[in-house]
Amino acid sequence: MTTEAPPKLFGEPVRRVEDARLITGSAKYLDDLKLPGMAHVAILRSPYAHARITSIDTAKAAAHPGVIAVFTGEDFEHLPALPCAWQAGGVENFVNTPRALEIDRVTFTGAGVAAVVAESKYAAEDALELIEVGWEPLDVLVDAEQAAAEGALQLHENAPGNIVMDWTCGDEQATADALGEAEVVVEERVVNQRLIPTPMEGRGAAAEFEPATGRYTVWMSSQDPHIMRLLMTAFVFGIPETKMRCVALHVGGGFGTKIFLYPEYVLMAALAEKVGRPVKWVETRRENYAATTHGRDHTTYLEIGAKRDGTITALRAKTYANLGGVLSTIAPGIPTTLYGRMLSGAYRIPNIHCRVLGVYTNTGMVDAYRGAGRPEATYLVERAVDLLARELELDPVAIRRKNFIPPEDFPYDPGILRGLHYDTGDYGKALDRALEIVDYEGFRSEQEEARGQGRHLGIGFSTYVEICGAAPSAWIGTVGEGWGASMWESATVRVHLTGKAVVTIGTQPQGQGHETTASQIVASELGIPIEDVTVELGDTQGAPFGYGTYASRSAAVGAVAVYKSLQRIKQKARRVAAHMLEADVEDVEFEGGRAFVKGSPETGKTIQEIAGAAALAYDLPEGEEPFLDDTTYYDPPNCTFPFGTHVAVVEVDGETGEIALKRYVAVDDVGVVINPMIVDGQVHGGIAQGIAQALWEHGIYDENGQLATSSLMDYAVPKTGFFPPFEIDRTETPTDVNPLGVKGAGETGTIASTPAVVNAVVDALAPLGIRHLEMPLTPERVWRAMHGAKG
Amino acid sequence: MHVAITVNGGLREADVEPRTLLVDFLREHLGLTGTKVACDTSQCGSCTVHLDGKAVKSCTVLAVQAEGATITTIEGLAANGALHAVQEAFHEHHALQCGFCTPGMIMTTVDLLGRNPDPSDEEIRHGLEGNLCRCTGYHNIVRAVHEAAEAVR
Amino acid sequence: MYTMRPAEFDYRHPATLAEAVSMLTELEEARPLAGGHSLLPMMKLRLSTPEALVDLGGIAGLDGIAEDDGGLRIGALATHASVADSELVQARCPVLAETAALIGDLQVRNRGTIGGSVAHADPAADYPTLLKALGAVISAVGRDGEREIAVDEFFIDVFTTALQPGELVLSVRVPSTPTGTGAVYVKHRHPASSYAVVGVAAVVSVEEAACTRAQLTIGGAVRTPVHATAAAEALLGVSGSEEEITDAAGRVAESLPDALGDLYASAEYRVHLATVLAKRACLAAFERASS
Repeated sequence: MTTEAPPKLFGEPVRRVEDARLITGSAKYLDDLKLPGMAHVAILRSPYAHARITSIDTAKAAAHPGVIAVFTGEDFEHLPALPCAWQAGGVENFVNTPRALEIDRVTFTGAGVAAVVAESKYAAEDALELIEVGWEPLDVLVDAEQAAAEGALQLHENAPGNIVMDWTCGDEQATADALGEAEVVVEERVVNQRLIPTPMEGRGAAAEFEPATGRYTVWMSSQDPHIMRLLMTAFVFGIPETKMRCVALHVGGGFGTKIFLYPEYVLMAALAEKVGRPVKWVETRRENYAATTHGRDHTTYLEIGAKRDGTITALRAKTYANLGGVLSTIAPGIPTTLYGRMLSGAYRIPNIHCRVLGVYTNTGMVDAYRGAGRPEATYLVERAVDLLARELELDPVAIRRKNFIPPEDFPYDPGILRGLHYDTGDYGKALDRALEIVDYEGFRSEQEEARGQGRHLGIGFSTYVEICGAAPSAWIGTVGEGWGASMWESATVRVHLTGKAVVTIGTQPQGQGHETTASQIVASELGIPIEDVTVELGDTQGAPFGYGTYASRSAAVGAVAVYKSLQRIKQKARRVAAHMLEADVEDVEFEGGRAFVKGSPETGKTIQEIAGAAALAYDLPEGEEPFLDDTTYYDPPNCTFPFGTHVAVVEVDGETGEIALKRYVAVDDVGVVINPMIVDGQVHGGIAQGIAQALWEHGIYDENGQLATSSLMDYAVPKTGFFPPFEIDRTETPTDVNPLGVKGAGETGTIASTPAVVNAVVDALAPLGIRHLEMPLTPERVWRAMHGAKG
Repeated sequence: MHVAITVNGGLREADVEPRTLLVDFLREHLGLTGTKVACDTSQCGSCTVHLDGKAVKSCTVLAVQAEGATITTIEGLAANGALHAVQEAFHEHHALQCGFCTPGMIMTTVDLLGRNPDPSDEEIRHGLEGNLCRCTGYHNIVRAVHEAAEAVR
Repeated sequence: MYTMRPAEFDYRHPATLAEAVSMLTELEEARPLAGGHSLLPMMKLRLSTPEALVDLGGIAGLDGIAEDDGGLRIGALATHASVADSELVQARCPVLAETAALIGDLQVRNRGTIGGSVAHADPAADYPTLLKALGAVISAVGRDGEREIAVDEFFIDVFTTALQPGELVLSVRVPSTPTGTGAVYVKHRHPASSYAVVGVAAVVSVEEAACTRAQLTIGGAVRTPVHATAAAEALLGVSGSEEEITDAAGRVAESLPDALGDLYASAEYRVHLATVLAKRACLAAFERASS
């Protein structure tokens, strides 16, 4: 039998298999779930940023038509506060986390204090207004620096000075010495403002409880259902993991916010048990803004030292990281491991020291938001390099090139990664390509001409490096970086009797197209049509375990697990085929969906025939088990380090301060690319989010701890018209960490783009003497800077 | 209150509270969950459906206001099993990632192209300002709309 | 605070104007419902909880767009999209069509109405500013019958108009403009809400290369749209050079003594924006008037 093997799909822009459901409206997300007898839950939230609860009267609400029951924090006193699963490594963490419902005190506006269970969403919302709470408002702290200052009000008894943790990395003395000896030192206070991630689908959860077995099923919009189960069973409910099933349906964007265990998820499981009916809660956008995690919110005192020729000799950062009123699941890990340890950027910086103070304030929880720590690090380093270039009157490209880690220095140890190394890199290559696309020389002469006409054109660079593929377990785990578990990924591949393959993975997409990517790998390796691959995910009843999708790890860790299983399946296929062909297994090779005796491919057996033979098991080699399947647990030896150059070209309106983004060029190197169409899409979206931080987005609390940007009427998520088309390209430097050579592409855009835009605006305004501007670069802020500079 | 609304070609009748939003009528009463809700301030456009042929935000229309009207949702866009050109173009150009904004984005695009069969980049970007997408940076959406415009023409 | 569904209300859907007026007069705390794009969002957040809604959608003949004594009469229920797309409006008063096309977004324009916009009197809305510059007249009907209200008498304060309780907007009449008149509306959009942070309408008439009539109206900067009278007067007689217009626009601030400030734009910046946008609107209006 000779069938034409399908073309190899690995590396091709294969159209997504997910789309058929998504473009027709048939994909099911959390709120689309309708369970028999399901009741709806609405949550009463604190109108105060800091207050004691003196009483709660639920009688009127409970009596409202359509209301089944109303609960308060006391009803769930038996459940402990949520776990903080990633505490900063090597230092003491003073942990305070939310409860299912708060009992006697709230520390941020929007904390849940009571829950209504009703027959409809309408009735549940009606009853919220009938709950009477006695509030005793307390003084409020909003700013992290003020909260950490001596004499500040104490928010938590166990956290002196409102400090969550005081963490450092690098050599303090050597860095101080190097700064002392530097020919030039530039200092700046740099704010990385609070952002509200805003996935289009907010959070939600549904649960049911089966009294006969004591088993919970919890559906939630999540990036990591396995971790949800682990945290809820082990740390909240105190039950074996076998007593809970967690399921994520289609997830409408996450960007980090759906990594975490939230009070409401615990609450749904507990409520389902209490009321004896399935329950569902879906947050409104205002709830999303108030009670879902925010991102960033750093204030940093930066010093960078260098020689007069531009050689960087030292970098020191002291950062106040605002973590909110209580800690979200992995809050302390973000500004430490994923921020401080990345402050070398793409440069040889012999002396680095970073101190991070995690601080409690009366604001919403802050945790990972797309990029998670690396955008903050990249913004700081890329601004620092530009500030230095300005001080030394050097070209921003030249100073970058001068300090780049050269290709021959890889693997490179930046000295602050506690044993990990930058894997591979050729930073100059990506920079060259970007300069070529943007026509740097041409731009500089256009800029000069424009300046002659009184116009303000600017160009900004960001030559970033980031860390992906979170793992290895021994490095990141409790005794190392403080992550409270491990970080491997699992995959099971089975080839059924008919030759159709099923892949079960532990990662959980929120739009990244895992089904397509995994299918491409399976189809390419086994030589079967992509239609013959089914991907199962999102259910703790599927994969044995998986740590989920974040930190751009699904390709660099998850896909490698799939690949490894496929290699073992092919080995078994060769053994079975050799038996079928009465050949020596050493003489049989597997290629293009067929196993054949070397030199005579026309005589082989197809994967379908082999799978059939393996499944039927009528005639297998001696000692061979039936069926073609394999499970891999992959724990990589190192992280991966994508890099690239992003360039923004802007024009500032001299009269209004408005910024027009004229061009945006990105050249990324994410290692080997499995699906360029999907990677391009990831880059586009990331760029948009990073630009949005530079220009528009800012989550603002007023002095009373009220969220002033509490809805999409105030918080500027960018619209279609805000962007030019993006000009993107790639270089390809494979990683040697994994056999696929893939690094990860989910966050590069967000990490790189913010400083590129800010650097461009500062470049445009340089002739006015402006050297730094705080984000977001709103028209008024820019106008004031220009006005002040002129005046 | 009794309403009779033609939805995706079929007459659908129900008794609803006057305050029932059209989107809740579609999702909760009719089970047409393709139409999404992603904000509470009429900003995001995820709930966009066609009311008498025009794109509207169904979170800002009462079901009772649609009495006697004709509604098309994302589920009703593909005719006789064949995808609409806009659906095809979104798939072909990877104009969606998580897919949550996609039904609304597609419904608005269909209206946009009905008004302007050959829109410029700028007209597309202006026309879609009532639909937020957090995944794509809009880049591929704009490409897909161009492609769909060509196909529709 | 975190709700997204309206509280209960009594729903009425009159078939005639007379019925609507009597319902609005008789029912306690009743609100008229047109496109619903101002009212329903407030009701969803339960910032507005009317006892009853009187839906005007079933009343025939309120959405017409017609010529009226050389000008235009726009029915209260004419949507922004129908005004923007109207060939009659585009021909007779292009600035009105252009402004309608800038309101909100495509879906909002398909539902939102001119009557709803003027009756709501949001200081950040676009129509009120333009209509004030154009000298529009609002026709209203109430239990005492119909009356006409000059636009300068209509907008009283934030969300407050000259409409009496129970009174409805019937139509908006936009007078004709003499030949040699150019009208332009420009705005600085709020990046989140898309509302006007500042909107400026300029209407100038030019005869023999000199400005004979000028109206400059600013919205978004103070509690209601206001005429920038000093600036408009400074335009009279000028030829429309950039220098002249810049000088005149420099007087906009005189008309904005109590400018509003918020998180996005301070009072000072709003006044500055109004000045810059006034210059740009006037330059464009002169160009139109002269072509």
